[in-house]
Amino acid sequence: MASYKININGKEHELEVDGTTPMLWVLRDHVQLTGTKYGCGIAQCGACTIHLDGVAVRSCSMPISAVGDKSITTIEGLSEDGTHPVQQAWLAHDVPQCGYCQAGQIMSASALLKDNPSPSDAAIDSAMSGNICRCGTYTRIKAAIKTAANS
Amino acid sequence: MMLGFSFMASCKPSKEEVLTMPEEWFEMNSYLKIGENGVVTIYTPNPEFGQNVKTSMPMLVAEELDLDWSKVIVDQAPYNAELYGMQFTGGSRGIMSRWESLRMAGATAKQMLKETAAKTWEVPASEITTDLGVLYHKASDRSITYGEIASSASGMPVPENVKLKEVKDFKIIGKSHKNVDGKNIVTGKPMYAMDHKREGMLIAMIEHPPAFGMTFKSVDAEAIKAMPGIIDVFPIKTYHEDYEKGGFDVNAFPELVAIVGKSTWEVMNAKKRLKVEWEPRGEYTETINGWRGKTTNSIPGAMENTTGHLSKMEELASKPGKVVRKDGNPEQAFKNATKVIERSYSAPFLAHNCMEPMNAFAHVQGDKVYIAGPLQAPGMIEPAIIARMGIPSENIEIEMTRMGGGFGRRAYSHYMLEAALISQQVNAPVKLMYTREDDMTNGIYRPAYTATYRAALDQDNNLTAIHIKAGGVPESPLFADRFPAGAIDNYLAEEFSIDSNITIGAFRAPRSNFMAGAEQSFLDEVATEMDKDPIALRLEMLERAQNDPVGEKNDYDAARYASVLELVRDKSNWSNSSSNANRGVSAYFCHNTYAAHVLDLSIEDGKPIVDKVCCAIDCGIVVNPDAAINMAEGGIIDGVGNALYGEMTFEDGVPQKKNFDKYRMIRMREAPKQIDVHFVQNEINPTGLGEPPFPPIFGALANAMYKATGVRQYSQPFLGDKQVLG
Repeated sequence: MASYKININGKEHELEVDGTTPMLWVLRDHVQLTGTKYGCGIAQCGACTIHLDGVAVRSCSMPISAVGDKSITTIEGLSEDGTHPVQQAWLAHDVPQCGYCQAGQIMSASALLKDNPSPSDAAIDSAMSGNICRCGTYTRIKAAIKTAANS
Repeated sequence: MMLGFSFMASCKPSKEEVLTMPEEWFEMNSYLKIGENGVVTIYTPNPEFGQNVKTSMPMLVAEELDLDWSKVIVDQAPYNAELYGMQFTGGSRGIMSRWESLRMAGATAKQMLKETAAKTWEVPASEITTDLGVLYHKASDRSITYGEIASSASGMPVPENVKLKEVKDFKIIGKSHKNVDGKNIVTGKPMYAMDHKREGMLIAMIEHPPAFGMTFKSVDAEAIKAMPGIIDVFPIKTYHEDYEKGGFDVNAFPELVAIVGKSTWEVMNAKKRLKVEWEPRGEYTETINGWRGKTTNSIPGAMENTTGHLSKMEELASKPGKVVRKDGNPEQAFKNATKVIERSYSAPFLAHNCMEPMNAFAHVQGDKVYIAGPLQAPGMIEPAIIARMGIPSENIEIEMTRMGGGFGRRAYSHYMLEAALISQQVNAPVKLMYTREDDMTNGIYRPAYTATYRAALDQDNNLTAIHIKAGGVPESPLFADRFPAGAIDNYLAEEFSIDSNITIGAFRAPRSNFMAGAEQSFLDEVATEMDKDPIALRLEMLERAQNDPVGEKNDYDAARYASVLELVRDKSNWSNSSSNANRGVSAYFCHNTYAAHVLDLSIEDGKPIVDKVCCAIDCGIVVNPDAAINMAEGGIIDGVGNALYGEMTFEDGVPQKKNFDKYRMIRMREAPKQIDVHFVQNEINPTGLGEPPFPPIFGALANAMYKATGVRQYSQPFLGDKQVLG
């Protein structure tokens, strides 16, 4: 057990947890932010994607001890009330089916667009192929990313 | 009457943030209540797993009630068989089975409002019209909103003989409406069972045997109980030994070890250090009270291997099977044939791999049970809870949380009962969670299958006979009465099955998900041998089945089947396609809906790239068009993924894949680049879409791959772990 001061969605949190605890479980169990999901625990599915200083990372494989001063953004903090262009595009294209992967998809997509505001199909494939959608909404996700890029 | 506390009370549906909430609600029936300000809450009865009945079922109610859809809020109905009938999600039956009753719920409520207004205005109810939540008496230029009159209307006797609307008068049904949970999903609101939080809640995980055929012997609990955050470690038996299982009580591992602690990471760490002794279970008999009646099966004890499965299937495929159907004289037709085409197809076990692993939240307090979890069949787990825990139905509350995928797996909700047993043991609210590894190695898989097809061609290159022999571990996939039965004079269908201790269950379009691919690949090969266009061959056979069917029990409507093929032929520009297009066609009928695909493929650096899928569907009336397209796209992408990569194998009973690093799933870069979906326009009562688009895509892909590579695909997965073809 150790003490950590972590910035999550613009707020400072003081947490007493073991340093090896992945941020996924810090968020879900200790900060009550359950938007970030568990899918595999080995960074293979992307359901746990969050931003670390704006860069997409798989929180299931990132221990709290590695965060330091960096800011964490989760799906809950991506925007005020779903107004991020990626979230708006997701709604415009009615992307989700079961919805479980979508927070991770949105976090990966928003990080991509921050880095590459006008991505090609190949760039989208490359950035998004770490996020599994079991229900098969990939064509909609791609279309929504393009809409968000153009907005 | 209605409803227990829902943990979601703190998370309001998105519309409430735009709509003003009423001060008072007036219940019209168990499906809807009207607020005095005109906002309406509709209760959706069936559990939701991404097929979006949470939007389309309320649309049926709203249509007949002439509501303003923008003023509708949707809530998940609780599990209550008396109020809602069979709240089962599966078989692509949801909309089909509730088409009339949900509309009737809206229509009777509308009639109650009309009769109330009629009384108030002293006019005949027949002179009153409704539109967008307002009642009108045009003759006297009077109007009143539903909200203003709801308090008087509520509590009126439910009228009988209420008429439903004609299809031509639909205003909501047939128009696309957005997913009612869309905003909650994209903003990460708590919606899934694992998002539960309750005062005093503990986290639980289980450990099950590493191999099918093994069972629990003993566990060293003390070492683990000493670890940080760990409360208790103990074995649990999910069902009593003398319990007569129902069809959905499938369970490979009767006894599990439960670990309970304060946080997920602490329990995960304890799980890694857990030392359990397992032992061979040996052969056992199991009596199941399934939907086909009571059966007693002998389950073998040996640890099984995929190589063993394959050789056993090969052995039985070469022997006579059990004849299920015979038309004409197939033996003679094959004897007289000028050419016989014989091909064998196979596909492995598949894991469902729902994105949300199995889990449940349970709180048992004395003789009261509350369980919230992702499940397709609450009516099926309740008897198991009653039998196992000795708690009566009225003390059991089941909340159906949104499922992160189902695909059939969540009909077997043993994890609900496990969570309850653990909660009871530790006397606290418990969130039970399976790791991905627990989930992927726990079975209830799609079976391994094989099918051998033979076709007889006479000297004029006419197709004179078809012979199918299908089998699997542990069940046969055969549907003897489906096409091409009925279209061919001489037909023989046989099957076999091989006992196994590996548990299987329904997987998106059970049995169809294999037979369609085998059948449609074979027909393509037969068409090539006959020098016929593959669509033309199918249409010829369907014409025969329609005009002069063989036998009486042919499980399809040949005219509807032909029309999806004609629609996909037209929409894909099949007859005029350029010679560069490597296209495969396939069509299938299952779960009451007809689907046909034309798939365009190219090869890039040895990798198959699906450029486009053109899809035609006849599912009758399409309730929510864009959502229907989403379902077709999903089934297509799922099919491409499973055809190319899906596979579970075994060695000494041990599943060889435990996570997504080994079990390959289709990713964005491998998904079809473009999918176009077209619906046959008719006024037939709606049928489902969860399953029907899935089976035919396997054949379309195999047939396109043949065009692109010159090589036929007989064994799934077509690519597997390989990066490139060949």
